[in-house]
Amino acid sequence: MSMDRREFLKIAGSSTFLATIGIGAGWILSRPGEFLEASQFLQTKELLKAKQWAMVVDMRKLKTEEDYKKVIDACHRIHNVPNFDNPKDEVKWIWLDTFEHAFPGQESEFMPEQMKHKPFVLLCNHCENPPCVRVCPTKATFKRKDGITMQDLHRCIGCRYCMAACPFGARSFNYRDPRPAIKEPNPEYPTRMIGVVEKCTFCEERLAKGQMPACVEASNGALVFGDISDPNSEVRKILNTNYTIRRKAELGTRPVVYYILDIPTSVVPGGEGNV
Amino acid sequence: MFEKALVGSKRYWTWVIVLLAVIGIGFITYLQQFKLGLGITGLSRDVSWGLYIGQFTFLVGVAASAVMLVIPYYLHDFKKFGKIVILGEFLAVSAVTMCILFIFVDMGQPMRIMNVILHPTPNSIMFWDSVVLGGYLGLNIIIGWATLHADKKGTRPAAWVKPLIYLSIPWAISIHTVTAFLYAGLPGRHFWLSAIMAARFLASAFAGGPALLIILALIVRKFTKFDPGKEAIQAIGKIVTYAMIANVFFLLLEIFTAAYSSIPGHTHPFKYLYFGLEGHARLVPLMWASSILAIVSIVLLVFPSIRKNESMLALACIALFVSLWIDKGFGLIIGGFVPNMFEKVTEYWPTLPETIITISVWAVGFLILTILYKVAVSVREETAGIELEH
Ligand code: SF4
Ligand code: SF4
Ligand code: SF4
Repeated sequence: MSMDRREFLKIAGSSTFLATIGIGAGWILSRPGEFLEASQFLQTKELLKAKQWAMVVDMRKLKTEEDYKKVIDACHRIHNVPNFDNPKDEVKWIWLDTFEHAFPGQESEFMPEQMKHKPFVLLCNHCENPPCVRVCPTKATFKRKDGITMQDLHRCIGCRYCMAACPFGARSFNYRDPRPAIKEPNPEYPTRMIGVVEKCTFCEERLAKGQMPACVEASNGALVFGDISDPNSEVRKILNTNYTIRRKAELGTRPVVYYILDIPTSVVPGGEGNV
Repeated sequence: MFEKALVGSKRYWTWVIVLLAVIGIGFITYLQQFKLGLGITGLSRDVSWGLYIGQFTFLVGVAASAVMLVIPYYLHDFKKFGKIVILGEFLAVSAVTMCILFIFVDMGQPMRIMNVILHPTPNSIMFWDSVVLGGYLGLNIIIGWATLHADKKGTRPAAWVKPLIYLSIPWAISIHTVTAFLYAGLPGRHFWLSAIMAARFLASAFAGGPALLIILALIVRKFTKFDPGKEAIQAIGKIVTYAMIANVFFLLLEIFTAAYSSIPGHTHPFKYLYFGLEGHARLVPLMWASSILAIVSIVLLVFPSIRKNESMLALACIALFVSLWIDKGFGLIIGGFVPNMFEKVTEYWPTLPETIITISVWAVGFLILTILYKVAVSVREETAGIELEH
């Protein structure tokens, strides 16, 4: 290779390098907003505040199919959750499953029939130590200051790492365009697009308006919502006076959705002494 | 030196055009996926990673395996690898490029790929994976090009290349370790939650990558005047043998822990993969094919008398490569998702568009490989008489 050519290559190489840096820097500078932490949240006047929002699901108060339906419909309707009638592309924020699937490994062959078959209400646990947040490469999934595990759907790259990481199957990916699959779109809530991951948000848009989550409101007292770090909150009172369980607590993600089991009252001979 | 890639025989051009055609078909299919979403793949809410991520994982291993030539040659001065080491480095370039493409086609919002750099997130293993992969690609391009350039002039590579070569050794280990960490730290994915994951990844990489290299070296020798060297190929054969035995050993360790502890979370994925679970057994034939091919390859490799026969060696390498491809490019990913987080079984199988896109990404890799090898081989053919000095 001749001297001139080498010189030329050197110049070409270094100018490409500089140009790359230049373009990169220009691109970054042209997008100031995107370099901030993913948006925390609107501090409205009515905003309900908490250190860690939490929920208790009182299974004793969920009786009829209608009770369940109201809870799920309330969420999916106002949040424009699509219905694909197809488990492969399914998107769900709150749904039902039996004890053995909600609490795998805890079931036993001989548990009361009623508990075996009664559906549990499942949703994102808004874990205090959430693996979905830990793995997200863009901070599109993040923990809000009030403990809600939130996602920025404009930042999500759709890598689905968070779906692999969530031990509760709480997250759904938009495999198809969700818009045609929304029966009655709610104009007040955004619809989503292809290729992003979504889940329950603990109704942050309602908290901002001073309202309780939609599922809680529709549950007739079966779902209770409150600040778990406040000893006087309703959730804390319930936790202090009832035996509750959480899903897969052994994994250390610290879920804040608690369940009160619907254990059939039974007559145990000799058991009266314990009362 | 690139001009060398622009002159070639009819056979060379036919091959290039075939690859371009496959890439074209894949690109059109990808446009469809881009428009309709990943719903056109076999992926689901339960099995949210599949063929694409499997290929990515497998190819990171192929890329890392270049180090198996770099270490003997540069650290132990094993001269016999002098001619073949460049093939390893260029294989790494092509493999990392495919890795990046597989990540890209797997993304739901590929146009936002820059977000990984715009919002660097050190607590995400995926962030580190993109850092180490990008770095490794750069290192191998620079090293490969610089050594080839030096060869062309019959001199030794410039002094600044040496430190980069040394750096590429731990860097190669890091790309596969970090890729294993993508999986090995997730609570609730019992199949992946294993400390031996990174070691197993490296063992399978150091078997599969060099096996592919042997096949490629034999092809190069058959079709060009460039001979990577009989002894070099045999030496790589030994590396493949040891690495494959280690890989199978690590797999057996995993199976022991799962089977003997009989903890359901640990046994279920293995049951699903090898025997079927709750009547779902789609992967069973594949997994057994992988096991049988692994045994066949080890039997062929372990006896020096068989291994010395180059056609037997080639056969062993093909068996081994296919075996590892099934095990790592498919079973490993799917096993992490079945059964799902509710202990239910949702099966996965790639769709036609997904398969076409996968094949065409491989075609891109082969095209890059062909061009780089063409350049390397042309340079070497010209300097064939000159003994390389280092
Ligand atoms: S339940 Fe899953 S999605 Fe929700 S915070 Fe916990 S890990 Fe994240
Ligand atoms: S899919 Fe979106 S939210 Fe989930 S890890 Fe990837 S970028 Fe983060
Ligand atoms: S808290 Fe709100 S978003 Fe979450 S399940 Fe209930 S209604 Fe849906």
